[in-house]
Parts: sequence; C-alpha cells; structure tokens
Amino acid sequence: MATETKAPAASPAPATAAAIGEPAWARNLLIALGLGFIGLFLVLPLVAVFIEALSNGIGAYLAALHTPDTLAAIRLTLLVAAIAVPCNLVFGVIAAWAIAKFEFTGRSVLITFIDLPFSVSPVISGLVYVLLFGAHGWFGPWLVANNVQIIFAVPGIVLATIFVTFPFVARELIPLMQEQGTEEEEAALSLGANGWQTFWRVTLPNIKWGLLYGVLLSNARAMGEFGAVSVVSGHIRGLTNTMPLHVEILYNEYNFVGAFAVASLLALLALVTLVLKSLLEWRFGHELAVTRH
Amino acid sequence: MRVFARFLPRRAPSVLPGFGPALGFALAYLSIIVLMPLAALVLRPAELGFSGFVAVVTQPRVLAALRLSFGASLIAAAINAVFGMIVAWVLVRYSFPGKRLVDALVDLPFALPTAVAGVALTALYAPNGWIGRLLQPLGIEVAFTPLGVVVALVFIGLPFVVRTVQPVLQDLDREVEEAAASLGASRWQTIVRVILPAILPALLTGFALALARGVGEYGSVIFIAGNMPLVSEIAPLLIVIKLEQYDYAGAAAVGVAMLSISFVMLLILNLLQRWHRGH
Repeated sequence: MATETKAPAASPAPATAAAIGEPAWARNLLIALGLGFIGLFLVLPLVAVFIEALSNGIGAYLAALHTPDTLAAIRLTLLVAAIAVPCNLVFGVIAAWAIAKFEFTGRSVLITFIDLPFSVSPVISGLVYVLLFGAHGWFGPWLVANNVQIIFAVPGIVLATIFVTFPFVARELIPLMQEQGTEEEEAALSLGANGWQTFWRVTLPNIKWGLLYGVLLSNARAMGEFGAVSVVSGHIRGLTNTMPLHVEILYNEYNFVGAFAVASLLALLALVTLVLKSLLEWRFGHELAVTRH
Repeated sequence: MRVFARFLPRRAPSVLPGFGPALGFALAYLSIIVLMPLAALVLRPAELGFSGFVAVVTQPRVLAALRLSFGASLIAAAINAVFGMIVAWVLVRYSFPGKRLVDALVDLPFALPTAVAGVALTALYAPNGWIGRLLQPLGIEVAFTPLGVVVALVFIGLPFVVRTVQPVLQDLDREVEEAAASLGASRWQTIVRVILPAILPALLTGFALALARGVGEYGSVIFIAGNMPLVSEIAPLLIVIKLEQYDYAGAAAVGVAMLSISFVMLLILNLLQRWHRGH
C-alpha cells in the first residue's frame, strides 16, 4: 500500500531532459485527467457526506447524532473494535514471531492462509459464522440448548469483525521482522537476557511503528465494516446495530440528515486514519515494511 | 557427499526461544477464526449434492447476479487500470501543488467505510443529485441501474491499481528511457515500447486485485444499485437474501461459486507475478 519516497535520481542533462519528458501540453493534460478523476470519484463523495449531513444546519446535525439509537450504535462500534483489534494485535505479533524469526516448512502456506480473509467477500465473512453458529448451523442446536446466542448478538459481530481485520497486523509485521533478521535478538540472548526481556526490550521497540500502522488500518476496518457485520447482526436497534448498519437503517427510513450525520463521523474516522497513516509513512517510513504486497 | 554438504546452506537451529508456543498459538487461532468457518462454507453445499449445487448456481437469478458482479467488476477494473495508471504516472513523474495530499487521498477507499461510500455515491448520482441532475437530460441514469454498480466499484478499486503501479514506476531506471531517446525513439515510442512493458505486470496485478475486490463488494454497491432481481442485484446480496430465507445451503453454494471465481483470479494473479519474475 505504502510507497517509499525515493530521492530523485541525478537530474539528467538538459538535452536529454527534453527527450525523456513529455511536452507541457501532454503533462498538463495528464495532470488534469488524473486530478479530475480523483476529484470526481474520491473527493466529491467525501464532500457530499458532510454537505448532506449539515444540509439542515448544525443544530439538526447535532440533534440527529444525539438520539439513543445513534449513541448505542457508537458505543457498540467502539466496543467491537476494542475487542477485535487487540485480539488480532496479539495474534499478529505471535504469528509474525514464529514466521519471520524461524525457518520451517509450510511457512509460505501459512502466510497464504493468513491473507485469506482479504480475498473473501465481506458477506461470505459473515456467512461462514452463520453456518457455524446460526440456528441451522453446525453448532446451532447445541448453542440453543445451552442458551448461548452468537448470531444476531454481539459475539457474532465481534467474530465477523475479527475475521475481516485478521491479516492487517500480521501482514505488516511479517515482512518487517523478516527484514530485521534475528541478530539483535541473538546478541541480547548471548548477553544474558531471557526470552521475554529480549522480546520487550529488543523486538518490540524495533517493530513499534509497524505495529501501530497495522493497528491503525485494522481499527479503521473494524469500525467501518458493513457486509460481514450486516449478515450476523440481525439489525436490532439499540442492541446489535453498529454505526455503519445504523447508516443503512436511517437511510432506508429516508432520515437522510441522520444517516449522513452518522456517516460523517465514520468519514472523519477515515480522514484521521489517512492523516495518521501518512504521518507514519512520512516520519517513520524506514521503520515500516518496504514491501507490503 | 561431504564435498556437496559444504555448499548446502547451513541452517543452524535458531537460538531464539518460543517457536513452539508461538506457532502453536498462531495455528490454533488461525484454525478457529479462519479455517474452520471456511470449511463450514465449503462443506455446507455438500448436503445439496452435486446436482443440487449446480441447480442452485444455475438459477436464472443467481446467474444474472454472478454475471452482474463479474461484468461490472471487469468494467470497473478496466476503467481503473486506465485512470489508475494515469494517476500513478502523474504522482511519480510530475510535481504540482497539493501532490502529497492527492497521494494520501488515493487510499480513501481503503479507509472510508463502504456504507458511507454507498450513501454518498447514491446521493450524488440519484436523479436529483449533483451529478445525476447533469446526466439526466442526456438520458443517462446511473443510480439504481447496473451503471451505478460500476460507479461504486470504480470508487472501491482505484487504490489497488495506483498502489501496485506506483512503486514500479518509481523504481523504473530512467537511463533506459534516455538510451531509447538517444537511439532515436520518439517519446511516444519510448512510452509504448519501453515503459509500458515494464509496468504491464504490475498493471495486470492491480487490475486483478481490483476485479477480485469488486466481485465480493457489498456495502458501497447495495445503496446505489437499486437491487432489482435479474437486473441490478449483485451476487453478495443474493447470499444475504438466501440467508434471510434460512436457505443456508443455497447461500453457501452461491458463496462457494463466488470464492471459486476469486480463487481462479488469484491463481492467474500468481501466474502473472511468476511470469513477471521470469523476465
């Protein structure tokens, strides 16, 4: 996703500069096309969210946000992210430790499996848990008999969110820790540190920005996930309705100010994520994984 | 044997601790969260039998949905391949005010929740929206038609192309272009015969990634599509509808059909990358 900004190559001699550059009209045309496309497809929708949200004034905007159902949706979204992101953080660090610091057969298969949730439709990400825990799922009868509800309840939403954010931290840390090798850890161990000390004092400081980067991206996805959560949620207002699902409910009720007010909060989250992500790439780019694909 | 052994890489067992527990935990977590649920998906349609599975995925409504999901993703990925390449080119080669901002904005579709994109695009392209109002006199309807699906998928897919082409363009050795120019090639010839072949594998990778994402996309599409059966109903929505009717096996069958498409595309993607490395 990220690209390292490279120092420009030594500027070519003026004579060849003309030969390997484009004429001014072509350059301007390409810039206009590129920026026009981004303006039309990226900037305009973003602007539309805020304008629609504020179309009846700031008072209506705040009133739309300050309803019990909206506040419940915000609380649920924060709760789900607060569970899902740390789970995948712990998994990501441990998986990256095993994969990046040791050689073993089947390593690339394991990496492929970790990437799997990214190539699965969000709807399928929710569907798989319904097939396991739904009323007609594999464990459905047992769950019903023991009065445990996962689907159409918060645990299902958390599970689906963990699934869709599963690869973020691991796929950021694995290439980073592979680049860093094991020499520093070996030095720490030979100087008498134990395994935990080595991890906390040597490995963790080396990967902290990469870790933050992965957490940032998985948090954005966790709070914004729609498809997977929609399948397992049951859309019970005030109980199993996350912010993205609440946008849909309000929109379908023709409560456009309300829908776009909630959407504007999510858009703000996306903007903050983008700013922090750019800051991390710009300030600590050399401490992030160079190849992320 | 001893002579050969000297040339084999010596792989001393690592002195770092914790391999066993770390790998064990990672495998257990992976199995519970990802592998077991996906196994349920793949095994569920088995109760339909093979003929039952074929019957489900060849229902006219399912076929129409798969065709729309696949066709609209293909068109959107093609649009993104063209404009994504232009955006990547402009970002790498030219300088203009606000370039850094534009570069960061390219990732917006990764960060913006899909439902937000969906309602925003619908507001823009609805007959009374900012863009819809301009298109209506021309007889072009976007919202609530298959065209709307394409628009949503263009939004979702753009960063995949830009972010795969951009680093390759950045690493391109400009001396090769100078050499082509000094040998008498026009700028157009250099672009078509030198630069384009160099970025083509990355472009195809970005195209395939955008395509794969588009086939599964749900949140941004369902608002703008109108969701008319046989016309503007996408495959993921059909899964949701089948689930609402408690037709678990049917929903899983559509899911398996979609995953198979994604798998084939990932396979092609892999082959392309291998082919690229071979050159």
